[in-house]
Amino acid sequence: MDFTTFLWMTFGVFVTLATFSFLYKDNPFYKFAEHLVVGVSAGYFVIILWHNGLVPNLFQKLADGDWYYLWLNSSEPWYIVPAILGMLMWTRFSREYAWVSRWPMAMYIGISTGIAIPLTMSTYINKQLYATMTLSFDNFWGHGGFNLLDPYSGLSNLIIFVGVISALIYFFFSKAHEGWFGRVADLGIWTLMIGFGASFGYTVMARISLFVNRIQDVDDWGKVAWNSTVEPNPNYSNWFLVVFWGMVLIIVVYIIKEIVQHFSSKSKAQTQA
Amino acid sequence: MALYKWFFVLGFIFCLCGMATAQESGVPPDSANIDTISQSIPPPAPVTDLQAFDTRNDHGHSITLKWKKSADDGAGNNSVIGYEIYTWEPNMVDSMAQLRSEIDQVRAAIYGGKKTGEDLKKKIRTLKDQYDILLEQLTVAHAGYPEGGEWRLVDKVPAGTETYVHLGSKEKLAEGYIPDYTDLYYRVDALTADSVVKTPSVVVGPVQCYGQWFNTEQVPVLITVILFGVLILYFVMLARKGKEIYVRPIGGIEAVDDAIGRATEMGKPILYVLGLGSVSDVATIAAFTILQRVAKKVAEYQTDLIVPTYDPIVMSVAQDVVKSAYYDAGRADTYKEDSVFFVTQSQFAYVAAVNGIMLRDLPATNVYMGKFYAESLLLAETGALAGSIQISGTDEIAQMPFFIVACDYTLIGEELYAASAYLGREPILLGSLKAQDYAKAAIIILSILGIIATVLGFTWFTEFFHVTS
Repeated sequence: MDFTTFLWMTFGVFVTLATFSFLYKDNPFYKFAEHLVVGVSAGYFVIILWHNGLVPNLFQKLADGDWYYLWLNSSEPWYIVPAILGMLMWTRFSREYAWVSRWPMAMYIGISTGIAIPLTMSTYINKQLYATMTLSFDNFWGHGGFNLLDPYSGLSNLIIFVGVISALIYFFFSKAHEGWFGRVADLGIWTLMIGFGASFGYTVMARISLFVNRIQDVDDWGKVAWNSTVEPNPNYSNWFLVVFWGMVLIIVVYIIKEIVQHFSSKSKAQTQA
Repeated sequence: MALYKWFFVLGFIFCLCGMATAQESGVPPDSANIDTISQSIPPPAPVTDLQAFDTRNDHGHSITLKWKKSADDGAGNNSVIGYEIYTWEPNMVDSMAQLRSEIDQVRAAIYGGKKTGEDLKKKIRTLKDQYDILLEQLTVAHAGYPEGGEWRLVDKVPAGTETYVHLGSKEKLAEGYIPDYTDLYYRVDALTADSVVKTPSVVVGPVQCYGQWFNTEQVPVLITVILFGVLILYFVMLARKGKEIYVRPIGGIEAVDDAIGRATEMGKPILYVLGLGSVSDVATIAAFTILQRVAKKVAEYQTDLIVPTYDPIVMSVAQDVVKSAYYDAGRADTYKEDSVFFVTQSQFAYVAAVNGIMLRDLPATNVYMGKFYAESLLLAETGALAGSIQISGTDEIAQMPFFIVACDYTLIGEELYAASAYLGREPILLGSLKAQDYAKAAIIILSILGIIATVLGFTWFTEFFHVTS
């Protein structure tokens, strides 16, 4: 690893720690990390949009056309239509003509909705309905005898079926949840909550793995910097010490400043009282 | 040695044991053993009953192949490790590939800003014309099978496979373009661990691919959409005629007005987060309706509203929604253009920015409505830390648990859509809400009937609702 890579790695660790400092409270380090990531990502997406969106999907399609023919002489001139619709969005900069920008938006929303309705209907209604209809109650007590934890047993499928029906009843809005209907709806919300609990645990596990990944990065950096066993180069240790103590100094100064501010504001408050 | 290295060693030993067991149990040999067995492998039996036909219910440019696996695949000599799919192509496809490459180079030169001194646009037009001429001749060349062409490898599939979809590109200038209404020929070779020892099947063809206007697999979806549409129209008409439609109280929505009042009393702003969805997401559309209600109340109470957005189109729509709400409240003069603003289209950068707003501006109320992903807990936890009242609503099942634990009120799934009807009390929304309830009742009845049909073995009933693509 060369020194430049090491410096970038150090910077990555600094930004990681700066982000974690948010756990204490909002502070200049977090603000720095926040503004950095917002700014960099905004700039990054502009470039991505240019190179992966506009260039291959518009400019290259009209590449063989001429501007004085308004690119109508290109081999794929129909790409001018979305280009014009896209440009109409810029009318939002004018108070007088801002209404024109509703045309491309209407087109976009209309097309998207047209695509979304059959897709949603198919995925969330037809396929789910078929899956519920074809639940099997064979092997009711589980495969291989009495196995209550078997997810494919008839009992599991019965629980799924009752859960689906009761959860659907919970989502009835034009009928009050009273009497037997209310009790089934209560069962529905219980089913939902059990599902949410499982989902919560599953996702938290995934988040922990992200955290472990960050810590591993910091650990790798420490290995490179401290004893250079990964890449034997004694210079890293010295550079590391400079960078490390520099960071420690900044943090210590910040904490002292915070403490001084805290006590001065407290004494001011006492004086005013 | 570090502990993880011991795990690695342990894993490696397991892996070796697994390989040894696999070979003993007669699993087809892998390529690592080619040298030791190549001398002794007899040619495998070919695949049989090879059929090629147009892939149904698609836009064309695709052929489906079906065959019965070789007698030596999982049985017999057990020597087949996979199959190679070949298609016959005329030699002119090489010239076409060359032209495609040249067109790409000229395009790159145009956008690379290279000054070559030649008219690149003229060149690209000439190349495309040449390509179009070749494309017209391609169908004729395919009809000339087997003269002037050769077999080319399309793909390899593992042993046991009996179907393959040769999915080509529909873009004429793309690699892998398969022309429609053109005679195509295929064969499937049974492979052994020795790359030289393989047995070709009989050739199937000519077969042509073409697109279908109507996807018959989606007929159940069409019927569902039509029935649901009729229900909505019926109940919207009833609502318009003045029929009273009851909507049960929804806790989270009732809290919105109180939360706005709290913000006004505290003199602090309200933060409205529309999530990461686009304007085509139903959740985002429902969130706009609630935003309109919130913005109107905010305008009436003269409270500040902050709406940071992730998507530029969502920002544009949200600006219009907030603006019209201020007009409706008769407070157009107090509308601030900057209250709805774009942050970034990077998920966690957006979260970082919104978290910063929460801790610096300390909004009295945070409203999260729309489509949320991994950022949901990050946002809701920070809001709780800042001491804000939080109301959330999303149809993203995986994110609801986080909102439920970190927010004061949560609209679960469809409650988000119902909330817009509850707030707006418009006949269209109320009618569609009633229609949805009837649709749910129909789903419950059909599910019960389906279960009975499955138990009794009447599969025709359940298959009627089966959508395969």
